[in-house]
Amino acid sequence: MSKNPMAASLAMLNRFSSSPIVHKLGLYKPAQTAARVAVREGFKAQALITRQFRAAQKLVRPERFQKVTKASDAFDLNLTEEQQMIRDSAQRFAREVLRPMAAKSDEHAAQPEGFDAQLAELGFSQLSVPDKLGGSASEAAVVTGALLAEDLAYGDLGLALAALAPIGVANALTRWGSADQQAKYLPAFAEPSPPKASLAISEPRPLFDPNELRTRATIDGDGFTLNGEKSFVPLVDTAEFFLVAASLVGKGPRMFVVERGTAGLKTVADPALGARASALGRVVFDDVRLPTRALLGDGVDVCDFTELVDLSRLALCALMVGTSQAILDYTITYCNDRIAFGEPVSHRQAVAFLIANIGIELESMRLLTLRAASRAEQGLPFHRESYLARVLCADKGMEIATNGVQLLGGHGFIKEHPVERWYRDLMTISTMEGGALL
Amino acid sequence: MQLEIPRKLNALVEQAHLVATEVFRPISRKYDRAEHEYPVELDMLASVMDGMNEGDLGGGAGAAKLKRDVTEKGGAVRNGANMATVLGLTELCWGDVGLALTIPRQGLGNAAIAAVANEEQARRFKGRWAAMAITEPGAGSDSANIRTTAVLDGDHYVLNGEKIFITAGARADLIVVWASLDPAVGRAAIKSFVVEKGTPGCTLVRLDHKLGIRASDTATIQLTDCRVPKANLLGSPEIDTKQGFGGVMQTFDNTRPVVAAMAVGVGRASLERTRELLRQRGILGGYERALYGSTAAEAELYRMEADLEAARLLTLKAAWLADNGIPNSKEASMAKAKAGRVANHITLRCLQLCASVGATETELLEKWARDSKILDIFEGTQQIQLLIIARRLLGKSSQELR
Repeated sequence: MSKNPMAASLAMLNRFSSSPIVHKLGLYKPAQTAARVAVREGFKAQALITRQFRAAQKLVRPERFQKVTKASDAFDLNLTEEQQMIRDSAQRFAREVLRPMAAKSDEHAAQPEGFDAQLAELGFSQLSVPDKLGGSASEAAVVTGALLAEDLAYGDLGLALAALAPIGVANALTRWGSADQQAKYLPAFAEPSPPKASLAISEPRPLFDPNELRTRATIDGDGFTLNGEKSFVPLVDTAEFFLVAASLVGKGPRMFVVERGTAGLKTVADPALGARASALGRVVFDDVRLPTRALLGDGVDVCDFTELVDLSRLALCALMVGTSQAILDYTITYCNDRIAFGEPVSHRQAVAFLIANIGIELESMRLLTLRAASRAEQGLPFHRESYLARVLCADKGMEIATNGVQLLGGHGFIKEHPVERWYRDLMTISTMEGGALL
Repeated sequence: MQLEIPRKLNALVEQAHLVATEVFRPISRKYDRAEHEYPVELDMLASVMDGMNEGDLGGGAGAAKLKRDVTEKGGAVRNGANMATVLGLTELCWGDVGLALTIPRQGLGNAAIAAVANEEQARRFKGRWAAMAITEPGAGSDSANIRTTAVLDGDHYVLNGEKIFITAGARADLIVVWASLDPAVGRAAIKSFVVEKGTPGCTLVRLDHKLGIRASDTATIQLTDCRVPKANLLGSPEIDTKQGFGGVMQTFDNTRPVVAAMAVGVGRASLERTRELLRQRGILGGYERALYGSTAAEAELYRMEADLEAARLLTLKAAWLADNGIPNSKEASMAKAKAGRVANHITLRCLQLCASVGATETELLEKWARDSKILDIFEGTQQIQLLIIARRLLGKSSQELR
């Protein structure tokens, strides 16, 4: 697919901004302004891609990632070289592309034109596809995924979720998909223009618990009939297919692949207070007929729903870590610059201690998330760890959100600063299930 | 990235846990009641620990082994003495914080000596039990403000002043005393001196009665023209205003994760026992239902466990940094701040959850609720840790952010 003009110009700007000469000459600021102007008008409704998913090759058995094996069993917080490289490019993308786009994307509850192309150029989704299916990975890099989510959310949580939603679906297909499902869907995620897809778990009611799904699948002849409603589904207008959690009557929770355009499927935009750039919405299933092959996995190799929910929660935790880090960095600068009573407000303990506590709890969130992710990728049990990470991140994320705004006072409440957006973003993710998956 | 305990340290953790269950727990209540009575059972234990350290348990553990390691860049990742010590202390304090604090030869003074002693001093004080004397009636967290003086007179320093809150002050062989060479100069003039027990002019004034950790003695000493050999000064005798606290404060970067580890231990003890007691009431806590679909008691358990896990990982991170020669002042304070408040919160909430069973002396829950409070105070209060962290995060000096 050829790039649209805005994608091309943004890609050019990105290359431009990585040139050391540009920085030396002080050209970087003007370039950023140009990027902002470029994205300002680019929120026209995006044409839906009508892609036919078709298996180009036949797989004898599903391709699975190997467990990550460590050279030593030492406690070690160092990153691998590959992780450092991915972080470098994700952080740069977050800083130079996502952050400048964030306010407008929030306002329009959509990703700007050019976002997809920019993202695709970085090739993150290839990491979720086994090399035999055209991807670039051979092991389940769950920690790398967590770091990526954190770094992207540092730029903007909504756009990060938009970027990660398809990656989460690819991760699930690699982990649990049948040979046919993998052959049909996965190679596309390694292409220059990967598909959009989204993971639908939440349902619209208070006290939602993923173990008590009301979206139901009943066995019906040689397939299933799906009824129910999903909420908090990212890319609701643009996803080419959804991975949907439903209770299979008599069996328990299962995941189903449902393509857009299937009869009885309806999508409705349902913007939330935050994560708006991910284009959240509801998906309604009204007697949707699905073939047998729509069930994720095959008869013997069925998807482990608890593990799926856990890996999804870890992705959401990592997103909250990234946005919390953004709040910490922003409030440090603000409180050091803001003068009151003749000195920086950061010279007051009442202010400084709030910042210290953001620092402590942010690091707590990060360590719990990374430990669970590290256990997951090594094939160790990680349900308890991800459950606790989720509990902590939801509580402390909320605390950091509200204290972040508090530290800016009235300025935190107005849109001139990004902190009110981060407040909304964190609160949204703290209530979410699904949407992303490591 | 890997955040599990390495196998090579499992043996140490198991041994420490064995000590906690077989030695500490059975006498825990006894020495809580018999405050100031010396726990003779610990002499045998101390010998065993010395033996363990002389063996080849990955560089050993304990107060005398704490030191920021210097590793060459590109060298293998180390899980060394700092990690071993925090893991060991977590287990011991799961048993009893007061008893862990009074294990012979594992005093805070030993950590100070390990951090800043020269080779000659390290040799001379090896195998001795060293307490630490910093606090004075008029100077606690503001330790730059201490009034105890040290005046050079020939081959000796002459010490004068009063020191309070000295853990194991009456039981130790040595006391590391903080004193000022020149109170007018402030923190740069503060040095630490090793005072041998029985040195004329160093007298025990009293032992305090406390809320918790009653098995551990807390002494007040008076120094009156107490003459200490010049060679007992730890670190440089010069007053270097640029270096400031440098030497003496280094000790704390290494010991704060240890206090954090102690807090993790007592917090875990409370949480585990409360889980057992609640299980009898049908509260299982199996991480099955979403937080808000759980019972209030279950949700409380999950939240406490998540906080405790955060404290534990922050502590391990601080120790890992020290083992690998990476500065860890901020992380050490984060661990101490988080673990101190979390352990206190957990022991108090567990007491409440267990109602009268938690609050009466048939269980140890009420004791742990008393013991935990000190962990959020000594080695730098919660508020001092927040100051240190805030200064580091904000890039502020102690003059700017006071």
